[in-house]
Amino acid sequence: MFGLAVAYLRDRALTTLLNVLLLALAVATLAILLLFSSQIGNRFERDAAGVELVVGAKGSPLQLILSSLYQVDAPTGNIPLESLALLRGNRAVAQAIPLALGDQFQGFRIVGTEPAYAELYGAGIAEGRMFADHQEAVIGAEVARATGMGLGQRFVGSHGLSAGGTEHAHAPFMAVGILQPTGTVIDRLVLVDVPSVWDAHGIQHEEEATHDAHEDHADEESHEAHGGQSGMAPEITAVLVKYRSAFGAVSVPGIINRQTDLQAAVPAVETARLLGLLGAGVDGARIFAWLLAATGGLSIFVALLQAANAREGELALLRVMGASRAQLFGTIVIEALLIAVAGCAVGLAVGHGVLALAIGSFDTLREVGISASVLHPGELAIVAAVLGIALLAALIPAARVARTDLAVTLARAR
Amino acid sequence: MRMADGAEAPLVAGPVLEIAFLRHDYGSATVLHDFSFAATRGQHSLLLGPSGSGKTTLINLIAGLLTVQHGTIRIAGETMAGLPGVRDDLRRRRIGIIFQTLRLVEALSVTANLRLAQRLAGRERDDAEIGRLLDEVGLGHRAHARPRALSQGEAQRAAVARALVGRPDLLIADEPTSALDDGNAERIARLLVGTADAHGSTLLIATHDARLKAHIPHALVLAPIVQEVA
Repeated sequence: MFGLAVAYLRDRALTTLLNVLLLALAVATLAILLLFSSQIGNRFERDAAGVELVVGAKGSPLQLILSSLYQVDAPTGNIPLESLALLRGNRAVAQAIPLALGDQFQGFRIVGTEPAYAELYGAGIAEGRMFADHQEAVIGAEVARATGMGLGQRFVGSHGLSAGGTEHAHAPFMAVGILQPTGTVIDRLVLVDVPSVWDAHGIQHEEEATHDAHEDHADEESHEAHGGQSGMAPEITAVLVKYRSAFGAVSVPGIINRQTDLQAAVPAVETARLLGLLGAGVDGARIFAWLLAATGGLSIFVALLQAANAREGELALLRVMGASRAQLFGTIVIEALLIAVAGCAVGLAVGHGVLALAIGSFDTLREVGISASVLHPGELAIVAAVLGIALLAALIPAARVARTDLAVTLARAR
Repeated sequence: MRMADGAEAPLVAGPVLEIAFLRHDYGSATVLHDFSFAATRGQHSLLLGPSGSGKTTLINLIAGLLTVQHGTIRIAGETMAGLPGVRDDLRRRRIGIIFQTLRLVEALSVTANLRLAQRLAGRERDDAEIGRLLDEVGLGHRAHARPRALSQGEAQRAAVARALVGRPDLLIADEPTSALDDGNAERIARLLVGTADAHGSTLLIATHDARLKAHIPHALVLAPIVQEVA
């Protein structure tokens, strides 16, 4: 009876197509929401890389986390270099990694930092070596793939965090290493040392400023010591902190927040807040998508009920010719399931396709690391639920067909 | 209901249809009363009578669509009784039915309709036989047409072919010519008799169309039973 079900679907192709499209829209919406919310949650968790505190300029703590940890927003400002020494001087702090932001290369952020930043994400060197001097750069795997850059290649950073800013032609970088892919934010970054960022911006500094701060954190390093001829002090954008013990979580944020120009943001808190905000929107959209799926089910129900009524006579004759009640019941159910299967297949393809287009069109999605090619187990649950809706929609029409009184039905239009 | 015999039909060995003392009531109204009849293989009969005379009830009983209340019906030696599933199985194996409203499956081509009927009758798929049958009824050139593209006469012939594809022992036709003009009625009557003969089926036609008497002399004439008031 499978062939008969297919023939019936083909016989009213337009209705079938509309029902498939209705379900496909619902499935596509659900798939996009699922892929987006699950990937963004996973991505935030991976990109947090165990960082327990981010110290930066005062402003929105969420913005600080987004800009310094996830590299998707503008920084809140710069902070004095000695804040790094302040943190490294705290016994509760196990690790403090400086970040100096402000430039990009072909849309990929250039991050002035230390080799420990790459270790934070477990990004080993795939080719070449780690940067060891000013103007040397190590590029993330995605940067290498997208730009086609190889070792020894020189490039110039541009001012600003999105493509198209003023080029710092006076301070070109040279790629000395390419990182292994990690599936984290570091894949899309260009890593250089902090002084290289200062050089790019014409900020004069003493050699090994951040290194000194690291080596001699007890020494309250003079801010003025890094002051350039331009009058701009060498600053950093943020410091990523890991605690030595749980005590750090209690003491360090308080110390930082007492500083007039510093703020401490806890990634776990801010990420939870962000996901909560996103989650409310996602939940709203998800309800809408399920309503769409229910509408699709209702549409299948109406179409099958009408079809069952229209075919009452010929289905009754099929019973006379030997078709069992179960076979006719099955024919209607198969019709509904075929519509649902097609709707799911089209919906998943559209969902992934639309996500791919969106990633191509919106930098933020690409920067957050959303992927359209990843399959989520939850998509199977969506398919199962949509098949369930279709099955439910088919039950009443199928039961009507199966329970037909042959003598009465055949007598009706003899 | 009473039965009136028409002309004698030639006897062929092996009864295909045996009806004995059949009685059927709808509530207090008796439609058939002690109805008996037998048709041997290849013996064709008309079931004549006006509306309300019980033709449809008798056909439904023979086809197992209604439950026999009193008496027996045997098809090729098997009793048409028991649960609907048992009756369905006997009908599927032994009986082909053509209704006045042809009820070809609109979504399938003529050939696909015959294939479906072949499979439902429990036969192996045999496209060669389907092709022969369509040629036999003059529809070889319309094998892939949809029913809605057929003329009334072509659709009628397709329905005859579909009824025969299961190689039934008993072929029942319900008012196959009532809506047709003389020419088409003549063609369908010849086709029914010819194909039933060719396939060794026994033909039973329920009709009030007296034109068929010319083709099937043996007739059972049914008349409504007059209910006696006590």
